[in-house]
Amino acid sequence: MRKKRSKDLYCLGIESTADDFGVGISTFKGEILANTVSAYVPEEGGIHPREAARHHAEVADNVLEEAFKKSGIKPQELSAIAFSQGPGLGPCLRTGATVARVLASYLDIPLVGVNHCIAHIEIGKLETGAKDPITLYVSGGNTMVAAYEVEHYRVFGETLDIALGNCLDVFAREAGLHRKKSVPFGAAVEKLAAAGKNLISLPYTVKGMDLSLSGLLTATINLLHKGKFSLEDLCYSLQETAFSMVTEVTERALAHTDKKEVLLTGGVAANKRLQLMIKVIAEEHDAKFGVVSREFAMDNGAMIAWTGILAYAHGSVTPIDDSFVKLRWRLEKVDVPWVK
Amino acid sequence: MGKINSPKLLKKGAEASLYLAKWHNRKVVMKRRLPKKYRPLKLDEEIRLYRTIHEPQLMSEAKKAEVPTPTIFLVDVKNSTIIMEFVEGKQIKQLFRSASKTERENLSLKIGQLIGKLHEYGIIHGDLTTSNMILDAEGKIFFVDFGLGEKTKELEARGVDLHLMKRALQSTHYQFAEKCFSAVINGYSEILGVKTAREVLDKIRGIERRGRYIAERKGEL
Repeated sequence: MRKKRSKDLYCLGIESTADDFGVGISTFKGEILANTVSAYVPEEGGIHPREAARHHAEVADNVLEEAFKKSGIKPQELSAIAFSQGPGLGPCLRTGATVARVLASYLDIPLVGVNHCIAHIEIGKLETGAKDPITLYVSGGNTMVAAYEVEHYRVFGETLDIALGNCLDVFAREAGLHRKKSVPFGAAVEKLAAAGKNLISLPYTVKGMDLSLSGLLTATINLLHKGKFSLEDLCYSLQETAFSMVTEVTERALAHTDKKEVLLTGGVAANKRLQLMIKVIAEEHDAKFGVVSREFAMDNGAMIAWTGILAYAHGSVTPIDDSFVKLRWRLEKVDVPWVK
Repeated sequence: MGKINSPKLLKKGAEASLYLAKWHNRKVVMKRRLPKKYRPLKLDEEIRLYRTIHEPQLMSEAKKAEVPTPTIFLVDVKNSTIIMEFVEGKQIKQLFRSASKTERENLSLKIGQLIGKLHEYGIIHGDLTTSNMILDAEGKIFFVDFGLGEKTKELEARGVDLHLMKRALQSTHYQFAEKCFSAVINGYSEILGVKTAREVLDKIRGIERRGRYIAERKGEL
């Protein structure tokens, strides 16, 4: 193994849990030198795991090359390779893991398996300066309220069925909205919702600190097909109802834990309306509100690189033999010695 | 509604603020569901109205199921305020931290019996956490906070209810969550019988499997 130099240590992170293949390079101080990504956009329907994995394999060398170019770092200067080891879609995760293993073996540097959900929290803390927040993490695949409590991150509340981003995406597809390369479905729904005026009564399902979104989605789709309401009003009502639910559970977790910071992250964090709602409850409980910028709220390699650094600096590396991907890796199971 | 004297904020919860006050010479708790600015007015009013009416109904029904709850004195729908008995005691959440293993497991067993009684009567609490249970000086455990409750005997609802209890134990009392939850289930079986308890446990497993990223989920790569 190469000897560590005292300064200028770099870690490269590979993200490939779902439709994005991303590469980030971070210094040990948390300066992000590169964050490149290529998104797989299905022609129709949702993510097909095998197709997405094929996309990742095809673009991997380009995305890597771009990251090296942007950062001005040579592969030989890296100290560790981090990769998202889970949770996520099997074929996509395996593609990223394979790339990471090849790089680590070739360069003869340690491999660090990173939990994708924890990476979202850590990059959020890095960017916003939050120390010990309640995190609402909302994306296409995840909807959870998490915080650190004695040795581990813990999930206080989460969806009992589908994720918030998934709920909005499926509705958008049913409504015949088209996803363009730079405009995600969520943004299309947000735009339509802004023009909505009438709030339609829809199922509101909060169970303790958990919530359920599948009934809300089905009810909204049924109303869509009945054709009685405008698409704007439907988008508005869907958003307001779903966001009120996640905000209520976040507020519950906030009151329950008495934390003084709230962090909003994940792809849906880009939604201005949701940002406003979470900001309101943060203020009401005298907590500091922080939202992750779009670049780092979406799935990205930088968050994997940074979390890889945190783990590596605390002596936590992943031998190749233990680097199999973990499709359903809960964040409670991860040791996080860097958080105190 | 009679004069309420010197209300003092006890706890600002997520959903409502609790005040300790004097009302007709009694110590009472005033639970007020304040408007939530983050959500649309219409949705906010619907939610607050529904919960303000629903909660006291379930609380008085729980008494018929022999589950101690604070007595409701007055419901002021217009101001979404409930005035109820002040129960002098300690939160189970706090007790769990200081109690011995035996005490904790005895309390868990009792909690399980009470949940069993609620479910047998057809009441789902909807937010079973150790912060919503109070032990009084006579050793009675009071259940509070029925705002998310409902009336049903469906297996699914019973499963979710106990799943929430389990989750609350895991996130707040992780060190002894497992022991406590199995004591809860023992108490629950005493009331509803082993067969029903087993069905509910199977349901809980089903509910957990439905969730995102659960290792035990079947039928996948």
